[in-house]
Amino acid sequence: MSGAGHLLQVEDLSVSFETEGGTVHAVDAVSFVADAGEILCVVGESGSGKSVMTSSLIGLTRAENATISGRATFDGVELVGAPERTLERIRGAQVALIPQDPMSALDPVLRIGHQIAEQIRVHTSVSRRAAEEQAVALMERVGIPQARTRSRAFVHEFSGGMRQRIMIAMALSCRPKLIVADEPTTALDVTIQAQILHELAGLCHETGTALILVTHDFGVVAELADRVIVMYGGRIVEQAAVAELFDDPQHPYTWGLLGSVPRVDRPRAKRLPTISGAPPSLIRPPAGCHFAPRCPHAFERCGEVPPLAAHSRERPEHRDRCWLDVAEKRRRRVVGGDIGLAGGKETIVA
Amino acid sequence: MSFTDISTTELLAPVPQPGEELPVQLGISPYRLAFRRLRRKPLALVAGAFFVAIVVCCLCAPLYARYVAHTGPDENHISETVVVDGHRHDVVSLIGIPIGPTWHSRFLLGADFNGRDVAVRLLYGGRNSLEIGFCAMAITMVVAILVALFAGYYRGWVDSVLVRLLDVIWAYPAILLGVAIGTSLTLGGISLGPVKLSSGSLFIPALIIGFVNIPYVAKPIRGQVIALREKEFVDAARTLDAGGLRIMFTEILPNLSSTIVVFVPLMIANSILLEAGLSYLGAGVQPPNPSWGTMISDGVTLITSSPHLVLAPGLMLVLTVLSINIFGEGIRDALDPRATTRIKRK
Amino acid sequence: MTRFVVRRSLQALIVLALVSVFTFLIFQVIPNGSPAARMAGRTASPAQIAAIARSWGFNRPIYIQYLHMMDKIFTGSVISYSQQINVLDQIKRGLPATISLAAGAGVIWLALGILIGLLSAIRPGRLLDNTLGFLALTSISAPVFVIGAVLLYALAYRTSVLPSGGYVPLTDNPWQWFEHMLLPWVSLSLPFIGFYSRVLRGNILDAKHEDYVRMARAKGLSGRRVLTRHVLRNSLIPIMALWGLDFAGVVGGGAILIESIFDLNGVGQYAAESIKTLDVPPIMVIVMYTAVLVVVVAALVDILYAYLDPRISLND
Repeated sequence: MSGAGHLLQVEDLSVSFETEGGTVHAVDAVSFVADAGEILCVVGESGSGKSVMTSSLIGLTRAENATISGRATFDGVELVGAPERTLERIRGAQVALIPQDPMSALDPVLRIGHQIAEQIRVHTSVSRRAAEEQAVALMERVGIPQARTRSRAFVHEFSGGMRQRIMIAMALSCRPKLIVADEPTTALDVTIQAQILHELAGLCHETGTALILVTHDFGVVAELADRVIVMYGGRIVEQAAVAELFDDPQHPYTWGLLGSVPRVDRPRAKRLPTISGAPPSLIRPPAGCHFAPRCPHAFERCGEVPPLAAHSRERPEHRDRCWLDVAEKRRRRVVGGDIGLAGGKETIVA
Repeated sequence: MSFTDISTTELLAPVPQPGEELPVQLGISPYRLAFRRLRRKPLALVAGAFFVAIVVCCLCAPLYARYVAHTGPDENHISETVVVDGHRHDVVSLIGIPIGPTWHSRFLLGADFNGRDVAVRLLYGGRNSLEIGFCAMAITMVVAILVALFAGYYRGWVDSVLVRLLDVIWAYPAILLGVAIGTSLTLGGISLGPVKLSSGSLFIPALIIGFVNIPYVAKPIRGQVIALREKEFVDAARTLDAGGLRIMFTEILPNLSSTIVVFVPLMIANSILLEAGLSYLGAGVQPPNPSWGTMISDGVTLITSSPHLVLAPGLMLVLTVLSINIFGEGIRDALDPRATTRIKRK
Repeated sequence: MTRFVVRRSLQALIVLALVSVFTFLIFQVIPNGSPAARMAGRTASPAQIAAIARSWGFNRPIYIQYLHMMDKIFTGSVISYSQQINVLDQIKRGLPATISLAAGAGVIWLALGILIGLLSAIRPGRLLDNTLGFLALTSISAPVFVIGAVLLYALAYRTSVLPSGGYVPLTDNPWQWFEHMLLPWVSLSLPFIGFYSRVLRGNILDAKHEDYVRMARAKGLSGRRVLTRHVLRNSLIPIMALWGLDFAGVVGGGAILIESIFDLNGVGQYAAESIKTLDVPPIMVIVMYTAVLVVVVAALVDILYAYLDPRISLND
């Protein structure tokens, strides 16, 4: 990784939980960086560990049965193993969270304005009235009409899109350096998903806030991301700048993900390609590469864990976890630009 | 939503090898899962076994009476004497103080003011109390489930009427209502059309207690029915042209089963307690039928000289109800759906 | 909100009407035998029975009987024939004891119930929680009058630390009033403490897992602040609702068992003695008044609940 000055530097972060059924290895030796002002997208299916990873960064997974190891340095401060008070000062003020479901993330018996103001008052020493004024201003900024009256309302009186705007307002309230948004539009109507995301990205650009956006929507990734991380089975399997990822994806899982996106610019396919099988059990994961059981290109070496490494010296930032060498990958990725899995055959019918 | 949610299939999945076909995975039914969890709770199991032991003992009351104590629950020995360890004692002394526990086969736990064997009465009384408890629970559960199903599924005016009726019953403190109805019926029994019960029948307290507890069970279940009715599988059944009754009993009722299972031991416990209270006041089991409650009320007047008259039935009550409560809590914890991945203490 | 209040009040009125009908049914219609003879008690003469029948209208159609009964109850003119006293007067005489019992016990069980529930929930699954949980379960499993009898035996008969029963009015002698009320308060409170502590513990543990608690932590609130500002508020609201109803029940004579054991001569004991002599009028009146009290309190509690939890008024 290039030198100093990353806003967030994560090295070998691992999170596991003790449960009745065994140890769940939710996050396995994840390493990445995020720089000031950039938008980093984390993609992966359910169970890939992306939510656990983002929550663990600010210590929200510090339940009794969780083991967190590795390093995560934010603005020079070490987060893993930091005392709770340090994390409390960072949460909400330097690193803000936008959760998946805004309905359940807000206290149902307290007014919205109060809850936004609460965050402000935890981190600054303004009076209650001043904080509530700031809350109203924030609500206006994120586009909530009649902000002043609406600040006295309760969460169930808002529509889904409005609720998420409230969460955005809350996230911006203390001018954080980093916002972590965990699938912020999954719970919303399709029609406003794009709008909310664009507004969020726009606000981040305006304020120079870095954004880690967890999503499973590649359209979003293509439009908004500066860099992308693909996760599978608790590990990062590929990371690259966004253009790189779409032009020259290196990992078979990424091929599968991109191949399963319906294309508007091609004739309609008979069937959407899928990735056969199911995500791995995180209690008894497969030895070696986690994706190998589902990967049609797997070979004996895949029984060993592939390291996250760059495939080309010209582009050291583009890394993946696959034993196949570059030439093999190019061969197996289907000629003609369509990306499929079935061992080289075209799976999208023209 | 919790990120530690793992489906039950995960716990059983075999470790796949690279390139291997992944087999189809079957899940475990929630009941088998609960059963497994229950097996790991020694306290609940011991409590359950203890309760069963008590029930068995009480059912064996006639055997005890015949072969051990050699007396029945109603037989007075007030003017007799008994030999204990070579000494002769009055069963009931001249000033009316009955003998305390002899720890021998006759009058094991002493005698009451009428010279009756306390241990024998304890077992017979237990049998009555338990019978009433189970019977009342059955009445409560059946009626409450029916009411909850009809009210929750049909809603509209059916729901309004039923809920108001539940509110009416709920408005009276259980014991007062039991007392009111008990007193009323004690004087003449019931005569409602074809239903005729004499005032000494044990069914009357069971009926009263069962009736009084209906809202306690019906309200939560109704809430669940309302929630379930919105679920997709009900819609699916409706599109298959299933009628209301059919949907209620084949789709909704099975989904209530874990709630019902949790309520059963709880209602047995509550019914036993209520019966004890009613009998204590005289509005429950009527003499000469023994019941733990009546034994305590008889014994309270003599508590200074003969505490065993209160302690024996009192202790039995506490142990019986406590054991079934512990078992009930064990069942409830085992069925808790949120405990799919129970946190292990470090 | 006002719509909710209006609607809830109407519901309460309907229930009250139904309660009156139901009380009527219990005492007049369902049981066997002549209602007049039942009312008159065990030692009545035929002439008395006939007089009662006329006064209550037992030889008239049912709805007239109902009206007679309601009229008598609410004008306070119900008379206990076996004792020749006005029931309402007797009730009034018993009220101070009952209210003392309810008020004292109510405060104790609310405070201790909340305290123990909190202690249990702070470190769930640990020794303190398990011990308190077991004790709570035991206190719920023991009948109130058994607790009372045992305490009475241990502390009043065996050792004379406390008086063995009876009631001394607060105005007569505050210290003795306190002495006499202590054991009844403790006996009555124990099962409630057990129950409330378990309910609160459950509420707190549920609340702790809620997303808004997690979000509050993500905002940077300390554990303590999250507890007091979010968890407790959401957890205590149901407790207050429960308390209102239980308190009303006790005031209305629901503590009949405790009053009997401790000889407090309150409303509950009056009911208990009436059972022994099968004296119907007092039971009828007490039960009616209690039900009315509970319905009214329930409506008030629901309205308070709706005020505290804004989701409620929208759902109905």
